[in-house]
Amino acid sequence: MKQFSGKVLFLDRCDINTDEIIPAKYLTEITKEALKPYLLEDLSLTGFKNKEDVKDKAVIVTRANFGCGSSREHAPWALEVNGINVVIAENFARIFRQNMYNCGMFAIELPKDKIEYLFETYAGKDTSITIDIDNDKIVVTSSDQSEKIDFKVGEFDKTLVKEEGWVGYADKNY
Amino acid sequence: MGKTIAEKIFDAHRVNMPFPDTHVLKLDRVFCHEITTPIAITDLMARGMDRVFDPTKIKAVIDHVTPAKDSKTAEQGKILRDWAKRHGIKDFFDIGRNGVCHAIFPEKGFVRPGYTVIMGDSHTCTHGAFGAFAAGVGTTDLEVGILKGVCAFHFPKTLKFVLRGTLKPGVYAKDLILFLIKELTVNGATNMVIEFTGPVIDAMSMESRMTLCNMAIEAGGTCGICYPDMTTVEYLWEFIKDEFKTKEDALKEYTKWVSDEDASYEKVYEYDVTNLEPMVTFGYKPDQVKTVKEMSGSKIDQVYIGSCTNGRIEDLRIAASILKDKKISDDVRAVVSPATPAIYSLALKEGLIEIFQNAGFCVTNPTCGACLGMSNGVLAAGEVCASTTNRNFNGRMGKGGTVHLMSPATAAASALEGKITNSQLYKA
Repeated sequence: MKQFSGKVLFLDRCDINTDEIIPAKYLTEITKEALKPYLLEDLSLTGFKNKEDVKDKAVIVTRANFGCGSSREHAPWALEVNGINVVIAENFARIFRQNMYNCGMFAIELPKDKIEYLFETYAGKDTSITIDIDNDKIVVTSSDQSEKIDFKVGEFDKTLVKEEGWVGYADKNY
Repeated sequence: MGKTIAEKIFDAHRVNMPFPDTHVLKLDRVFCHEITTPIAITDLMARGMDRVFDPTKIKAVIDHVTPAKDSKTAEQGKILRDWAKRHGIKDFFDIGRNGVCHAIFPEKGFVRPGYTVIMGDSHTCTHGAFGAFAAGVGTTDLEVGILKGVCAFHFPKTLKFVLRGTLKPGVYAKDLILFLIKELTVNGATNMVIEFTGPVIDAMSMESRMTLCNMAIEAGGTCGICYPDMTTVEYLWEFIKDEFKTKEDALKEYTKWVSDEDASYEKVYEYDVTNLEPMVTFGYKPDQVKTVKEMSGSKIDQVYIGSCTNGRIEDLRIAASILKDKKISDDVRAVVSPATPAIYSLALKEGLIEIFQNAGFCVTNPTCGACLGMSNGVLAAGEVCASTTNRNFNGRMGKGGTVHLMSPATAAASALEGKITNSQLYKA
C-alpha cells in the first residue's frame, strides 16, 4: 500500500480540472516521473505558486468536482510523483475518482459542511492528515488541535487501495 | 418498473458484481489513441502481460498530434503502431488514414446500438449518439480493457431531457448543448447518463447527435445517449446490410435499446427550444454561457473549426455556406481541420475546401491539434480564439489564451468580422 499521511495543501476552489492539474502539452511524456515539475502549473487560484505550494505536501483538501474535464490519468500520476496520494473533496469527476483508486490512491468525499469546516478550522495553518484505512477515519492535526473525522469508502475502492490498483486485481479475477 | 437504456445495456453486459454497486461489464469496443494508450502498453509489457483480449474489438488511431511534431510524439506513435502490428489489430489508422477518434470510429461503423465502449479519452461519451453506453476512462481502465475486455462501473443514474419545438435557423446542436450545460452546470450530471430525447432529437442528423453527446462530459456526464431510430439505421446501413434483410428489421432489432416509458430517472427536464438563441461561452468553464447577442462584438485573434465536437461534414458545410465568396477579417487568422480523411475528401469534392481557402482559412490535416493546445493553432498568451471545440479551460489552447466555444456557423461569421458575431447577419 501507498503512504496516506502528511502535510495538507488547501485548494479553495470548485471545478479544478485536469488541464489545470497537468496541462496537455506534458502528455507527450511517457514516464510518470517526468510530470513532477508541472503539477498544478495552470491552476487558476489567486496567490497560488505551484512549485512552492506543492512542496512536501501529501494530501489535498479542496471543494466540489475536483478533476473534471479530460480523462488523463496523468493527473493522479502527477500527484503521485509529488508524494500526494490523497485528495479530499466534496465530490469528484467520475473518471478522475476512478483513476485515483485504480492507482491505489484515495479520493475521499466528505459532505459540504465538513469540507467547509476543514477550510475554516485548518486552512492557513500547518496541518497534517493521516488516513486510518482500517477504521475509516481521517485524522487531522494542526499545532493546536487534533481530531478524527469519519469517511465512507466503498469495498471496491478500498480493495483497489489495498491491492495497489486495478490491473493486478483484474488479472487475478477476470 | 421499466428500465433505462443504460440499465438494459448493463444487464446485457454484466460479468459479475464483485462488490456492492460495482458492475464489471464485458466490452464490445476498446478504442485507443496515441496519448493515453502508450503508457498502458509499456505497463503491460513491464508486467509481462503484453496481450490483448480480442484484436477485432480493439480499434486504434494516431490523432492527437499527427504528423508527429517532435521526438516524443513520434515515440508515442511508434509504441502504438508497433503494438497494433504485434497483436494483429487490423483497424489501426496511421498517418494518411487517420482522423479524430470520435469522428473516424463512428464513420467506420464501429459503434452499434447496445454496445459498451471505453476509450482513454473523456469525449468517448460521443458514441452514445448510437444508443451505446460509451464512457471515457483513464489509462489503467484502458489497460484492463485491452487485457481482459472488461471494465468496472458504479451504476449510473440517468437524467432525461425531453426537447420539444424546432431549432431556429442559425441555431444548431452546439448551441443546444451549450445551453443545457449552462442549465446543468459542470457538476450537474456527474456520475450520470444523460438521455437526449424528443422531437428535436428525432429530427437531428447523427452528426448533430454526436455533437450533443460529445459534450455530456462537460456537465460531468458519464455518457450522453440518443435512442436508436431510422436515422441511426441509415447511418450504419452500409456496415450492417449483410446482417439484416431490410432497414425495418435493423430498426426492430435496435429499438431494443430504448428506455422503457416507466423507467426511473434521477430527474426529467423538459424544454421547448424554439426560442433558443445561438450560444457562446465566456470565462474558463463550459457552463459559463451567454447568447451570442450578449457577447457580440467581443474581439478575437483566431478562429478554429474542427475537433470531435464540430469537425464533421455537416459542420464544414454550414461554415462554408457563410464564408462563400467572402474574406475573413484582416485582424484574425483562421484554421479549419476536417475531422477525418473521408470528410476532407468530401469537402474537397463539394468545393468547401476552396471556399475555406479563398476566405483565408488555413486547412490542416485531420487532427485533434489546437483543441487541447498540442499543435496546429496554439494561442499566445493574451490571445482569444473563437472555437468549435469543447473546452474553454484556462490554458487549454495555449498558456494564457482564452477560448470561446460556439457553433461552426457562429465561428465562421466571427471570422468574417474579427469579433463574435451572429451568423444570421450572413443569412439575410
